[in-house]
Amino acid sequence: MKHFTEIGAYFLMLGQVFKRPTKRSVLKELILKEVEELILNSLGIVVFISFFVGGVVSIQTALNINNPLIPDLLVGFATRQSVILEFAPTFISIIMAGKIGSFITSSIGSMRVTEQIDALEVMGINSLNYLVFPKIIALLFYPFVIGIAMFLGIFGGWIATVYGGFSSSAAFIEGVQSKFIPFHLIYAFIKSFVFAFILATVPSFKGYYMTGGALEVGKASTAAFVWTSVIIIIANYVITILLLS
Amino acid sequence: MIKVNHLNKQFGDTPILRDVSTAFERGKTNLIIGSSGSGKTVFLKCLLGLYRPDSGQILYSDKPFSKMDNNERKELRQKIGMVFQGGALFDSMTVEENVMFPLRMFTDQTEQEMIHSVNEVLSRVNLNNANKKFPSEISGGMQKRVAIARAIVNNPRYLFCDEPNSGLDPKTAMVIDNLIQEITQEYDITTIINTHDMNSVMEIGQNIVFLQYGKVAWEGNANTIFNADKQEVIDFVYSSNLFKKIREIQRSK
Ligand SMILES: Nc1ncnc2c1ncn2[C@@H]1O[C@H](COP(=O)(O)OP(=O)(O)O)[C@@H](O)[C@H]1O
Ligand SMILES: [Mg+2]
Repeated sequence: MKHFTEIGAYFLMLGQVFKRPTKRSVLKELILKEVEELILNSLGIVVFISFFVGGVVSIQTALNINNPLIPDLLVGFATRQSVILEFAPTFISIIMAGKIGSFITSSIGSMRVTEQIDALEVMGINSLNYLVFPKIIALLFYPFVIGIAMFLGIFGGWIATVYGGFSSSAAFIEGVQSKFIPFHLIYAFIKSFVFAFILATVPSFKGYYMTGGALEVGKASTAAFVWTSVIIIIANYVITILLLS
Repeated sequence: MIKVNHLNKQFGDTPILRDVSTAFERGKTNLIIGSSGSGKTVFLKCLLGLYRPDSGQILYSDKPFSKMDNNERKELRQKIGMVFQGGALFDSMTVEENVMFPLRMFTDQTEQEMIHSVNEVLSRVNLNNANKKFPSEISGGMQKRVAIARAIVNNPRYLFCDEPNSGLDPKTAMVIDNLIQEITQEYDITTIINTHDMNSVMEIGQNIVFLQYGKVAWEGNANTIFNADKQEVIDFVYSSNLFKKIREIQRSK
């Protein structure tokens, strides 16, 4: 029951986010700041993780191919498929639920407990639009982050394969190019957009409606990470059934 | 002028405000006093529309707040300045940006004009060298003064202060009290101040509402409070050791 009222409150919040917009010039600045904090500041960890996980995926695949009947190009093929379909969009989004998600919840939550949100409301500002809308817009750039993760994941796989001596560079690249289905890329980017929206709004919801003090801000951040991940996993499942099966 | 008729507010099953009726006059410093937990903050937040009262009416210049549409509320709120108990400064912004915020949001002033107004109010609250500092880099007392500057920078018609001088040293507290009174008279605005500080009561208590357990237990001003015959008021006034001592001395004469 409690979850149903929370879901209702979440959608009511979304309604408010798109109402009574903040002054244009101010909104522009807020969006730029969010792009920096949410997108640019996340690139480092995304680059690091994608490169190495891509490498591990290809090594694992290579190690599991003992049968000489299976061609070497399977390594590149498997790396590409897993990176584009799941690793980049979903795995990275779970990591981002931890990074961006807890950042959003704790920053909005501490504004709530120190009455900064009340201060905005008293001035007649729509605090939900002021705080959440710029995050949604900034996260429209999120699919670019995922694009980078895809590229670096495959690149990391190539490096690991070639320098680990598992197969030749030519075989890996041939594998990456073989049986490519463009719709898989579209599917991955559709997922990324949906995940971006979840990443912007679920942690905001958890922070905006929290009560208590500094301790509760910490708890809310943890709860936000859990809920954001769970919702991303469910959304992933639903989108996959709708688009791929 | 703000009028309040039969205001009730409860959280869960606990009544916090009980049938509160009173009036706050323009050009005067109106004080809401009472011990911690008596409902002062909740009352202020009801007046501001941050909490929705369960019943009763709040009238701003004879217009009921509950009957105002979104635009009227927005217009009203731009004429309200509020100093929150903890300051509620935006911690991602510098002192200057905090004070400039209402101007940036609601006026078409140029950067130059805004900086001019900001420096003017900051010097009124005796804060001249903190423009580029962040709230976390200044003391609690300085934060309070920035909050006051932010509340008055856009020339409000109504000024609300929730314990504006709690946590300040007595001298700064008095400066702040006097500043609030000065502004109130100079711009002829309606000012409402929550406090449990007897010094403020003496200094600026032009109209006093005494809240106890969410009820108006007494009304008067700085001159009449010492002759109040209500026991709760006497207890409140003489909860301060200083006043207790003064009374003992007076009695022993
Ligand atoms: N948001 C809230 N939810 C539930 N109870 C509250 C809330 N805000 C205040 N209260 C309760 O209302 C009472 C009055 O609080 P308050 O108005 O803050 O007192 P004060 O006079 O010290 O400002 C307290 O008992 C407090 O616990
Ligand atoms: Mg209070």
